[in-house]
Amino acid sequence: MTVHRDAPAHPAPASAPDRGEPVLSVRGARLAFGGRVLWRELDLDVRAGEFVAVLGPNGSGKTSLIRVLLGSQQLTAGTVRVGGAPAGTNRRIGYIPQQRAVDSTLSIRGRDLVGLGIDGHRWGMGFRGMRERRRRVDEAVRSVGAQAFADRPIGLLSGGEQQRLRVAQALVGDPDVLLCDEPLLSLDLAHQQAVSRLIETRRRTAGTAVLFVTHEINPVLPLVDRVLYLVDGRFRIGPPDEVMTSETLSYLYRTDIEVLRVRGQIHVVGARAGLCEEDPHHHPHDGPHDGRS
Amino acid sequence: MDGLFDLDLTLRLLQLDFVRGALVAAALLGILAGVLGPLIVSRNMAFAVHGTSELSFTGGAAALLLGWHVGTGAIVGAVLAALVLGLLARRSADYDSVIGVVLAAGLGAGVLMLWLYKGRASNKFGLLTGQIVSQDFASLALLAGCVVGVLAVLAVIYRPLLFASVDPEVARARGVPVKVLNPVFAVLVGIATALGVQTVGALLVLALMVTPAAAACRVTSSPLRATLLAVLFAELAAVGGIVLSLAPGVPISAFVTVISLVIFLVCWVLGRVKVSGRAAVAAPRPAVR
Repeated sequence: MTVHRDAPAHPAPASAPDRGEPVLSVRGARLAFGGRVLWRELDLDVRAGEFVAVLGPNGSGKTSLIRVLLGSQQLTAGTVRVGGAPAGTNRRIGYIPQQRAVDSTLSIRGRDLVGLGIDGHRWGMGFRGMRERRRRVDEAVRSVGAQAFADRPIGLLSGGEQQRLRVAQALVGDPDVLLCDEPLLSLDLAHQQAVSRLIETRRRTAGTAVLFVTHEINPVLPLVDRVLYLVDGRFRIGPPDEVMTSETLSYLYRTDIEVLRVRGQIHVVGARAGLCEEDPHHHPHDGPHDGRS
Repeated sequence: MDGLFDLDLTLRLLQLDFVRGALVAAALLGILAGVLGPLIVSRNMAFAVHGTSELSFTGGAAALLLGWHVGTGAIVGAVLAALVLGLLARRSADYDSVIGVVLAAGLGAGVLMLWLYKGRASNKFGLLTGQIVSQDFASLALLAGCVVGVLAVLAVIYRPLLFASVDPEVARARGVPVKVLNPVFAVLVGIATALGVQTVGALLVLALMVTPAAAACRVTSSPLRATLLAVLFAELAAVGGIVLSLAPGVPISAFVTVISLVIFLVCWVLGRVKVSGRAAVAAPRPAVR
């Protein structure tokens, strides 16, 4: 699938982050639920155009980190800024939520969901610019190869089809920051690659910062600038070559872990088999406290 | 039951001013119900609407007892109920039961107040089952004002509201004030419900507020088309229900509900046919790369 997105109409807003300034900034962050600390003293800066993968076992607070960046979860301590503003106030965010079944009775088409990514946050009816809006929706639908099913009720689509529309919805809003929670889940290999390429193109052409929560680094390994690896309150941040090593993961997991590189892929082998790379379906919720706020 | 479909009598009654007033009221109400309905359906708020309508009955009954304007009382009751329900989290576990509790209490209080009221008997029944004579000019002006007001607010908040209704998680991420929109929408629904109570009665407001929209959502999944269809269906039910109820003199709600039920059943069948047709088309399709 080829993606050609002419440089999007992107009149740099006053708060536009340039290369030097981090788009995402987490300082001295600590998140605890009751007595259980998910992570503490977390410092993370993500610059424009940077691709950061967030890895870790179930319950290590990956999704919670995204919720903090969205402003729907308060930090126990520390600060978080998105695009120079407090979390929850920046609208130039693209968000691909962790997949969950859409209500099958929901009466809305895939293209409506994508369209809400453009102007769903705006007041008024938006009758002006309908043609331009339609063009952008069509283009976004085409970019994820969803033409065949974009006009069907979203509740009747498969998980992979919904996921591709979610990606289109997140990208069509012209985001400065892309927060992705397991965006490759339930996609076959071809669509995993297609979606990864779309996200990659977006950050290359528009300088969008990407925070990519995943249980499986290999599909995006060539794109990853840095890895944030979270385990039981410990974490490491750095390039994949530094973090995805036997030493670092053994430290994080406090057990013997061997990291093997096979044909450019990373395989983690440990005493507790499958402790991080497999079974994504075992964590519908990240963290013990997934109450909707 | 001879006079159930007496055309002459129906035509004669249509000459009367108060009947025409009722038709205008029903038409205005149909617009409101049709526009709000699809949002109510996609937010799973049917039971909340029912609860709100019972509270609006309570408000109307209180106004009757105190000698105030019944329509105003109904609106005050409905808006208060809607605010309380709207401030509850939509997905909280006890949402349903709280509505049930509030609904039952309100209904009981309303019945008590009607019993205490010593005025005309027809007024008592009207709030529950609807009647057209209750539409005097003052009610009509209030109705028109409310319809314009609700539509104006809706025009401003429609897109974020739709976003928050169908996709709350991403809407919140994009800066839509979901927590503010919930009670605002609830109040709009409350006003519309209160107006509906005076026409079809508290017991059957759902026939106007929910059934037409539910029917529309069976045959289309485009929000725009669903809204237009819901308005059309609600008009058919409301205006048609009044016209049919004239000659036999039965409460309006009987015919309004029958018409909207028939529309729903037809749409339900059409929707089933559409889905199974789609499945038949989709099944032999090879895995698309």
